[in-house]
Amino acid sequence: MAATKASKEQKYDRQLRLWGDHGQEALENAHVCLINATATGTEILKNLVLPGIGAFTIVDGHTVSGEDVGNNFFLSNNSIGKNRAQAASELLQELNSDVSGNFVEESPNKLLDNNPEFFNRFTIVIGVHLPESTCLRLASVLWSASVPFLVCKCYGLIGYMRLAVEEHTVIESHPDNALEDLRLLQPFSELNNHIESYNLDSMDRKDHSHTPWVIIVAKHLEQWLSEHNSQPPKNYKEKEAFRQFIREGILKNDHGVPEDEENFEEAIKNVNTALNPTKIPSAVEDLFNSEACNNITSQTPSFWVMLRAVKEFAFREGNGSLPVRGTIPDMIADSQKFINLQNVYREKAMQDALAVSKHVECLLQSIGKPPESISDKDIKLFCKNSSFLRVVCCRSLAEEYSVDSVNKDEITSSMDNPDSEMVFYLMLRAVDRFYQLHSRYPGVYNYQVEDDISKLKLCVNSLLQEYSLNVNIKDDYIHEFCRYGAAEPHTVAAFLGGSAAQEAIKIISHQFVPFNNTFIYNAMSQTSATLQL
Amino acid sequence: NWYGIEPQHIMAVDGGHGVGGCDWDGRWNHVTKFLERPGPFTHPDFEPSAESLQFLLETCKILVIGAGGLGCELLKNLALSGFRIIHVVDMDTIDLSNLNRQFLFRPKDVGRPKAEVAANFINSRIPGCKVASRKCFSKMHQRKFHIIVCGLDSIIARRWMNGMLISLLSYEDGVLDPSSIIPLIDGGTEGFKGNARVILPGMTACIDCTLELYPPQINFPMCTIASMPRLPEHCIEYARILQWPKEKPFGDTSLDGDNPEHIEWVFERARKRAAEFNITGVTYRLTQGVVKRIIPAVASTNAVIAAACATEVFKIATSAYIPLNNYLVFNDVDGLYTYTFEAERKENCSACSQVPQDLQFPSSAKLQEVLQFLTESASLQMKSPAITTTLEGKNKTLYLQSVKSIEERTRPNLCKTLKELGLSDGQELAVADVTTPQTVLFKLNFTT
Repeated sequence: MAATKASKEQKYDRQLRLWGDHGQEALENAHVCLINATATGTEILKNLVLPGIGAFTIVDGHTVSGEDVGNNFFLSNNSIGKNRAQAASELLQELNSDVSGNFVEESPNKLLDNNPEFFNRFTIVIGVHLPESTCLRLASVLWSASVPFLVCKCYGLIGYMRLAVEEHTVIESHPDNALEDLRLLQPFSELNNHIESYNLDSMDRKDHSHTPWVIIVAKHLEQWLSEHNSQPPKNYKEKEAFRQFIREGILKNDHGVPEDEENFEEAIKNVNTALNPTKIPSAVEDLFNSEACNNITSQTPSFWVMLRAVKEFAFREGNGSLPVRGTIPDMIADSQKFINLQNVYREKAMQDALAVSKHVECLLQSIGKPPESISDKDIKLFCKNSSFLRVVCCRSLAEEYSVDSVNKDEITSSMDNPDSEMVFYLMLRAVDRFYQLHSRYPGVYNYQVEDDISKLKLCVNSLLQEYSLNVNIKDDYIHEFCRYGAAEPHTVAAFLGGSAAQEAIKIISHQFVPFNNTFIYNAMSQTSATLQL
Repeated sequence: NWYGIEPQHIMAVDGGHGVGGCDWDGRWNHVTKFLERPGPFTHPDFEPSAESLQFLLETCKILVIGAGGLGCELLKNLALSGFRIIHVVDMDTIDLSNLNRQFLFRPKDVGRPKAEVAANFINSRIPGCKVASRKCFSKMHQRKFHIIVCGLDSIIARRWMNGMLISLLSYEDGVLDPSSIIPLIDGGTEGFKGNARVILPGMTACIDCTLELYPPQINFPMCTIASMPRLPEHCIEYARILQWPKEKPFGDTSLDGDNPEHIEWVFERARKRAAEFNITGVTYRLTQGVVKRIIPAVASTNAVIAAACATEVFKIATSAYIPLNNYLVFNDVDGLYTYTFEAERKENCSACSQVPQDLQFPSSAKLQEVLQFLTESASLQMKSPAITTTLEGKNKTLYLQSVKSIEERTRPNLCKTLKELGLSDGQELAVADVTTPQTVLFKLNFTT
């Protein structure tokens, strides 16, 4: 029975505070495909079912083995011998009745043979423990169909993830430490007027102590500029002098002792960040210069249409700046002064967003689309986040695996440190080769471990040779990977399960920034690295 | 009493795969490779053996503190790594808002004790696993565990646990007896951030050694709330802190963040106040968040951190690998970021250094100043310290807040100077507080 809206809001309350109702909506409209219900696979899916994705489909042709049940929370021992997709989907479905669970008792290879379009319906495909040939085949199909593909593997104490999405746009990246957009070095006219309306010298004590620090900095900056040839304080020495200048503005009592004016202390503390020039971030500049931004067609996604509109705005009404963000941090001030100041920024932001939407309208018209195609709400959100826009473009697996386009530099420079996480990437590639050659993984049985070391070493060497990689892989790692015997310890699968699920949520919701493009986790040292391969 | 399945008497069955009839072929294959095979990266103490699995299955006792977001994950991870004797403690009951990540609970379980429901779920899903549950624990129980793992949501509780384990340490001639050390694995999460750490009490950095890593929670100044609101949060706090006690809308009951009627009342009042000051942004969700001090949470971060913690439990229990030394930080807001470092012990840590703490004050300082120092110092962060000392051979309470009659009696002492109170240079003060199970000894050092 579907939960009522109110109880869903309660159930999902803790995550709604992170990605909002619109993020949750995107999740609930998503259909995720998991290939192979190994422990890693089911752990990933658990962390997607719990937050309420719309639907999942597990594709798995394997039957459940005793070993499978041993490390997998979503397989029970009475499902031994049954199809793994079916068995796992039952226990995963049970986690959340809001989610629709499905299964396909088929290997991905069969599906690719008979019905490659099968995968087109999915919001994202997560492939777990795929042999190399299947993986590359699937990657190619998904790349052409523009379906994001997340490859995951847990091998011994090593976790591996690879994201393959050609272009992923992010409007709401939610950066941890964003700089405020206060425009003090280039105040827009309304801000200027507002600053002018203050006269610090003629204020009474109470007003003086409750004037927002933004005004205090602005007033002192005005004077500084007039005395320094219109040059703002730039280096440490000048900023120190400027801070001292502000300090001198603190009221003094009858004995000449400075009063306790916290707002002035705030101003002094914030001088550094307040004096940051209003520049378009280089990441955004790069986006402005990209092909997609400059070549708007009827196929162009709305992200690029809005970006182009912002670019036009920046060039014209914006005078070289992005739309004003419209938010200010809390600061010591009385309510009225703060709200009035806040409104100055808010109204300017609304104005700028309006100007941007006019550009959007023009662009839409030029490609024959109605103005309603992009809502005002979306434009406002876009403008508010214009400094934080991100676009993630991953290289395809084909590019990664091709001898012609392998990222030799990334590999060899990482391997300058022979114990860097890159060695695990190379070992995983070597192990894949071993599987292709011997139809099994190295060291699965105790008696195989010793002999397989030399066999695996041959695979390592052939890998390095094929790609002309002049790196050295220590024998210890080859031994260790034989020792692993393709084991999938639950705790490593669980770590990857959490990591991969969140990346999938980022792809689905278009909020927060996904990794690009390879993530390696080493449970031995509890370290990780992100590589661009 | 402990809730959960009582340990069964299992008849020994040959086959060598764990205890008796509940195991099946290959069940522990993913684990045994790390116990039975030598390798180049194992701990120096590691010896491959078929008996290690038996130790995990039959002997090793793990205590899990907390059956919430981290706790549920920890129980699953430990059970699927071969641990069978697990005790879990949590005093909370299940709430609907837990269900987005605390996957051992279902809508029908709302209101039931977390520890009990979690234990039962694990025991029924993982044959052979014997998780026992409890709502609270005593010091007595800690001694019997090999390793303790914490998935707590409060710093005070962490510090308490930390202090307890330190109090169990035994020293002989000033040398720490290693067999008295119970390793503590501690995990914490908040939104998309998390950390996992390994603490060997008495040997490596403890919770209090790195207290500065947890900056004190900042509350809004009262003057802002009372007369100068600027943010919707200020309006909410006004309703909660000032209007509720005054108007007593539901009689003498205190504000219950879990009562929707209470939140609704605060919400309405906050909205009115916001309207007076032209402040926008007061919503029901924000109101609830501020009143309950809600920390956002998702399944994924808890999964990652609990996994890292459980990996460390496995390493320590089996010596399979060298454990994390000693702190892991995780953040997946932008890509995935981890940072691993060795937190250092603090030489004069108030919890684990055994060094009496130094209190430097002029003899003319008032007791109030000492109290303020104890609560505001970043390295002590006490909540409501009770200060006692020995004067003329008799135990004297200088100030104690938690018992009303004693608070009233000792309150005048706050305005007296240390000299007036009869304290001398080098005097020892014993301080008790909710942040530490053992009293902390301070030595007064008069600066003038």
